[in-house]
Amino acid sequence: MSIFNLLNIAIIALLRNKTRALLTMLGVIIGIASVISMLSLGQSSTNNISNEISGMGTNLIMIMPEFNRRGVNTGNSNVESLKFSDCEAIRKQAKYVKDVSPMAQSAGQFVRGSNNWPSQIYGVDPSYLDIRKYKVVSGTSFTEDQVESYAKVCIIGQTLVENLFPDGTNPIGEEIRFNKIPLKVIGVLEEKGDNMGQDQDDLVIAPFTTVQKRILAIDYIQMIVASAKSGEVADQATEEIENILRARHHIEEGKDNDFEVRSQQEMLTMMSSVTGFVTALLAAIASISLIVGGIGIMNIMYVTVTERTKEIGLRMSIGARGKDIMMQFLAESTILSLIGGIIGVIFGIFVSYVVTTILKWPFVVSGTSVMLSFLVCTATGIFFGWYPAKKAANLDPINALRYE
Amino acid sequence: MPIIKVENLKRNFQVGSETVRALRGISFEINEGEFVSIMGTSGSGKSTLLNILGCLDSPSDGEYYIDDIPVSHRTKDELSHIRNRKIGFVFQSYNLLARTSAIENVELPLLYNNDISRKERRERAIEALRMVGLEDRMEHVPNQLSGGQQQRVAIARAIVSDPVIILADEATGNLDTRTSYEIMTLFQELNAKGKTIGFVTHEPDIARFTGRTIMLRDGQIIKDDKVATISAKEMLEALPKAQDYQL
Repeated sequence: MSIFNLLNIAIIALLRNKTRALLTMLGVIIGIASVISMLSLGQSSTNNISNEISGMGTNLIMIMPEFNRRGVNTGNSNVESLKFSDCEAIRKQAKYVKDVSPMAQSAGQFVRGSNNWPSQIYGVDPSYLDIRKYKVVSGTSFTEDQVESYAKVCIIGQTLVENLFPDGTNPIGEEIRFNKIPLKVIGVLEEKGDNMGQDQDDLVIAPFTTVQKRILAIDYIQMIVASAKSGEVADQATEEIENILRARHHIEEGKDNDFEVRSQQEMLTMMSSVTGFVTALLAAIASISLIVGGIGIMNIMYVTVTERTKEIGLRMSIGARGKDIMMQFLAESTILSLIGGIIGVIFGIFVSYVVTTILKWPFVVSGTSVMLSFLVCTATGIFFGWYPAKKAANLDPINALRYE
Repeated sequence: MPIIKVENLKRNFQVGSETVRALRGISFEINEGEFVSIMGTSGSGKSTLLNILGCLDSPSDGEYYIDDIPVSHRTKDELSHIRNRKIGFVFQSYNLLARTSAIENVELPLLYNNDISRKERRERAIEALRMVGLEDRMEHVPNQLSGGQQQRVAIARAIVSDPVIILADEATGNLDTRTSYEIMTLFQELNAKGKTIGFVTHEPDIARFTGRTIMLRDGQIIKDDKVATISAKEMLEALPKAQDYQL
């Protein structure tokens, strides 16, 4: 039988019972729609997270003292493992590192007149602004000289501007207090917005020495922040920093580091693998509904074979071979699942579009997932249509004709 | 020239440990243009014979030739092909596809024949419907048609592929007398146009309209006579006009 005749026969047969065809498709529609929307939403959230991480700079490298060491717990002494000289060594020796800045941080209440606001203060080098891609929109940044002289100056984020200067006063030149230490505002940072639920404008940046000596009164540093020359060499830069610090800290071959070097690239990979896993999990759950939909098709086709026994007998009596009958039933189930798949894909894309719009995530539909759905639909139709079709093809025409 | 030639045909069925001999050695020939009725009571073997003549079943023993092709030992697919090209069936219960227009029902056998184009299929279906007098009912679905009209559609379906023989199985069994005579008139007209027809019935009244009667009993032919044909058309005209539709 030619393919045109086959499709003709199958379509006519399906159109004879539109309601049943639609109800049969429903399972596949729901199954495909949930798989598509889950994959698409998973992809959107992955993209969303990687956009936010990249927003911090893909070449960002953070060096922290290692807190959790196995073996004897040496208490707080580990926290002091990073010295300012480590920072200088990285600056001088590392080839793949562009900028490096020590960091000391503290949190507390900032006060200006009758207004106050809890926030974080970061003591850093001027290069920190480049590393983290912060821009000063009004006023200026501090200078190396101001770092040398423990200058009591600071740059504040938009959130502090809003909360400490609600009257609209220009903050430049004003004084705010942190732990009774007055700091002169010399600059305001450009607004960055939220990143993974964190307000990136809620911070104060001050010279490293000001925070380390005046506020914390310590001689070690809490963290070193560096930037690789580019995202591509981030791995080399990480390795380089690790080697420099191991040499400086006299760590023998095979022993654990007393510090931790983490690149943004690594975090990106880690976050992607987490969201990738969640996406796969959701898609797996959604595909269960697809299987249920497929079983729905099998169920209906199976009932249909019994109900249409007489029709099958007639077709055989006028010359349909067993395989013609089989192809007809397979074509019917495949057409059902394919049309169901198309509606499901449209529905799934619509759902994920609505959700991503509400969550303000980037809207992504991967062509692969759509292609995959069509493949799965065809496979579902053939797989679940097979058994009923085989049953139909094996009917004996004499008995089938006599069936009431 | 014989269209159908049957030699010592036997068909046994195994029912439990017992062997039922439905056909016990039957031989006859049907020539082109004949209108033959096959008669017998239930259990006489006429249904078994019809199934074998219609290539729906194979004999246990003996030879069967249709249009000079031996068909006793054929695979299922080969039998399907023979049914499609050589045989037209008309059933007691019409067996039309529900919710499918008359013309689509008539086109059905041609869909299983790849040699026929879409255009030719439509033309032949229209021609077949014209021959049974339903050219103005082509788009009607079965439940919009009367029993007689449905059987006409079934006859059109049987002749559309131009088979060498039309096999009718109690084709008037579901119809009232007047409609039965109308259908027999149609069969006689088709026969007059050269169609070979095999007509299975248990009603002697209907068998009178055929030109030859083969009588079966217990799986054997007990009588095979050429009989004087009565015109169904004349019988129809002789029926009281308002008999069926009393006001």
